[in-house]
Amino acid sequence: MIKVTALVLPVTTVVLAIIGIWYLFAFSLNSQWAEDQAARAGVELTATELWAATMSQDRPRLATPHQVAAELWDTTINKKVTSKRSLIFHGWVTLSATLLGFVIGTMLGILLAIGIVHNRAMNLSVMPWAIASQAIPILALAPMIIVVLHSVGLSGLLPKACISAYLSFFPVVVGMVSGFRSPNQMSLDLLDTYAASRPQIFWKLRLPASMPYLFTSLKVGAAASLVGAIVGELPTGAVAGLGARLLVGSYYGQTIQIWSALFAAAALAALLVGLIGLAQKVTLRQMGMAR
Amino acid sequence: MSEHAISAVDLGLEFPTRDGKIEALQQINLEVESGEFIALIGPSGCGKTTFLRIVAALEKPTSGVIRVNGLSPEEARKARSYGYVFQAAGLYPWRSIAANVRLPLEVMGFDRRERDDRVRHALDLVGLSGFEKQFPWQLSGGMQQRASIARALCFDADILLMDEPFGALDEIVRDHLNEQLLALWQKTGKTVGFVTHSIPEAVYLASRIVVMSPRPGRITAVIENDLPTERPLEIRDSSEFIAIAQKVRHALRAGGDAHD
Repeated sequence: MIKVTALVLPVTTVVLAIIGIWYLFAFSLNSQWAEDQAARAGVELTATELWAATMSQDRPRLATPHQVAAELWDTTINKKVTSKRSLIFHGWVTLSATLLGFVIGTMLGILLAIGIVHNRAMNLSVMPWAIASQAIPILALAPMIIVVLHSVGLSGLLPKACISAYLSFFPVVVGMVSGFRSPNQMSLDLLDTYAASRPQIFWKLRLPASMPYLFTSLKVGAAASLVGAIVGELPTGAVAGLGARLLVGSYYGQTIQIWSALFAAAALAALLVGLIGLAQKVTLRQMGMAR
Repeated sequence: MSEHAISAVDLGLEFPTRDGKIEALQQINLEVESGEFIALIGPSGCGKTTFLRIVAALEKPTSGVIRVNGLSPEEARKARSYGYVFQAAGLYPWRSIAANVRLPLEVMGFDRRERDDRVRHALDLVGLSGFEKQFPWQLSGGMQQRASIARALCFDADILLMDEPFGALDEIVRDHLNEQLLALWQKTGKTVGFVTHSIPEAVYLASRIVVMSPRPGRITAVIENDLPTERPLEIRDSSEFIAIAQKVRHALRAGGDAHD
């Protein structure tokens, strides 16, 4: 294991480099507008004035890091969590759909994997469909799911969760099929010599052997769930959620708002993946599989 | 109903390949008395492991009859007639040593109290008391293999089938385990089928040595081992031991086909 302290220097270096490049891009993308404004007012800008003018626009082409940071601070700390302008409020709306969809998708993925491993017909038939399902652009499918579910009286959390589940079941199926098939022939033969039943083989061998695979697929699935929830928020009229923030931001050219919503989404994904990583560590240690 | 622990009559197994049929086993006739220690020896490809796997119902023969305790291999499996020890220990890494030994007892539905007693007894037999809570990776290869023997012993099958169990271990550990296995066999009186490709190991352990040869896999000689049952490791330097080892070597040569 690498010590945390050994990571500080390389990570800070990379972060600083990214911020530096970001500022340069912000300057070059925003300077056109600043120069046009100055020309319209009939003034010449010095280099310092131009730089300053690119750093503080209301609707910059590319929001600067400090603008995004200020917006994030303002919409998380300064607003009540119940306020429609609070990023925490919107984040929670998205997170709740993500979590529900993630749970549904994971369950579905595990059940399908169990079926694929134990049933010849499912083994031959399910995987092509699962792959095909992921080849359909979710952006095209999401509005239809929302509309169809709305017409049967379902709206709010569940339709978004369905889209999340639609994206997150796939990595779980693929990972868990590999996981359930990971025991070698000898481990299977061993249980055969005890005349073990198929359920016994599953509970005593396939399931525990699949644990490392489970957590890897859960991490991919969680990130996919979040994308699904955000995409699911786009066609609903953009009422609430990070997806709504993104859409409203793009309607009104609020690039700062878009960027802060993106950062909030990234933070949520990092949080989810981090929590799963923690669960992985604890579980594998308990099982004696972590050294 | 025969009283033999294992009896094979005209047993054969062939499987098709792209280059035609391969006869893994041909015309195997063998009767193993209850309480015997049989060593199956031969070059790779002679079918010794295949024969053991047929006894354990892990493979199906294509001709002939095989009986285990008078039952078909499948019936014998359900009657818990045999314990099988594989080439590698194959302990489940997520189970402690005690839990690994307990695995067959859980599958076979022993109740909790009896499980604990049997696990303790089996670990004691192989000299692993005190290692119950360790995980497999914390043990040496030899200790892992001993745990796998305990796992095969704990449900008291009267036949122990061992497929080159010590093949992957170094010679010092192997000597030690051979000595322990012999003591275990004398203590428990089980029937043992032991696959090996080591002549000294076969002569040291077995009461009868079955020599096999490949292409097609068949028995070429069965050699009685009349060494005393008490066998200290030093017996391997005695002239009697060397004489039997020579017999085995000659039988292997006569079987031919050892061009590897």
